[in-house]
Amino acid sequence: MPTNDVKLLGAPASQYVNRVQFALNLKSIDYEFIPQNMREKSELLLKSNPVHKNIPVLLHGDKPICDSLVIVQYIDEFWFDGPSILPSDPYDRAIARFWAAYIDDKWIPFFKELTTAKDEESKTALVEKILEGLKLFEDVFVKASKGKCFFGGETIGFLDIVLGCYLGWLKAWGIQLDVNFLDESKTPALVGWAERFSSDKAIHGIIPETEELFRILQIILARAADAASK
Amino acid sequence: MEEVKLFGYWVSPFCRSVEIALNIKGIQYEYIEEDLTNKSPQLLQYNPVYKKIPVLLHNGKPIVESMVILEYIDETWKNNPILPEDPFEKARARFWANFVDQKCFPALWKTIWSTSEQYEQNKAEALERLKVLENELGGKRFFGGDSIGMVDIVANFIGFSFRTIQEALKLDVFTEDNFPKLWEWAENFANCSPVKKCLPPQDKLIANFPPAYMGKTLVSSFQSRLQLQFHPPAAAK
Repeated sequence: MPTNDVKLLGAPASQYVNRVQFALNLKSIDYEFIPQNMREKSELLLKSNPVHKNIPVLLHGDKPICDSLVIVQYIDEFWFDGPSILPSDPYDRAIARFWAAYIDDKWIPFFKELTTAKDEESKTALVEKILEGLKLFEDVFVKASKGKCFFGGETIGFLDIVLGCYLGWLKAWGIQLDVNFLDESKTPALVGWAERFSSDKAIHGIIPETEELFRILQIILARAADAASK
Repeated sequence: MEEVKLFGYWVSPFCRSVEIALNIKGIQYEYIEEDLTNKSPQLLQYNPVYKKIPVLLHNGKPIVESMVILEYIDETWKNNPILPEDPFEKARARFWANFVDQKCFPALWKTIWSTSEQYEQNKAEALERLKVLENELGGKRFFGGDSIGMVDIVANFIGFSFRTIQEALKLDVFTEDNFPKLWEWAENFANCSPVKKCLPPQDKLIANFPPAYMGKTLVSSFQSRLQLQFHPPAAAK
């Protein structure tokens, strides 16, 4: 029986935390958001995620669930009577999981590398790789959506959540590097998808404003530069 | 009629994971050994993004990445489940499978390819990861409980090959004294019939890992082939 004792340990600007928020909203689950200071980790966080000491952590009753992709699948499976997040067909699920892993293991790390990239040449190379990834996602979208609005088809699904969580940061990085990452002439389907995703009622208002993410990005870059000079 | 093919490489623990899962489910499959220095056109066609094994082909449809394949197998063939049914227990299993895949395997792998200068530091990291795993196993026979599940399967490298390789290379990372529960788990794991059916022969494994870091050089072409396949995955999110 579903309980409503749901808490989310997180930080509003974390794309991984945002994923969980999207999933909870899609299932219309009420939850308490407990903001975490990652530079001074709380007892609750350390107790709930002793292995990685990281966010997001979903607390369902007294049960902690960690890892954003694990949490989203948990939400989908526990609240199975809500709209489905993962596709029902095992092969379609495999495709969604494959691209989710690609986004997390290959694509998002390019941005992490950008924070410590020292010269223009390496930055340019990373931007190229990011753009190549977006071209791949354009093809994936066309195949997965089958002419409908989202990667998940008519409704927002797993891949929408996994990629969509990064749209705010993508814009912030775009300002930082003066690059238009989502270019209508190069990835038109993704541009349309991004607008529809961001304005959906389950998604809207979760990702912080681009100005706020840009401000945080400056702090991240300053800290990275500081660490590099030591 | 089901047609199941697996493109693999004999030494790959990622391949082993898929084979163990297929064996648990009693699925008949055709195994195709890939030459990683000369990848087949089919491999490149079925896995254009990574160009890696394992690739499972089910009725002509390719599924790639071992963890994705394991979930696919469990969802397609419902007998002998490798994941628990309860959503929370399933989430726990996925969490620990990720931990083994993204934290334990790379740490152990690094110890094998260490130079003598790097060894102590790499060993320390590996010991830390194994300790976390030992605590998680606790008093259970397997991570999956009474029978092997996804976490056990993903940990197959620790269960068999790593002990064989470390003995050949005279490393002292995973010992019975340091990790008595994991050691017993490894013995039980390697003796399960779905696992025994597909383990690489011990002597072939030893022959391919000649004594390494004590000043001697590894067979460089073999090393570079394996490193192409097994570069440590990116950090967990």
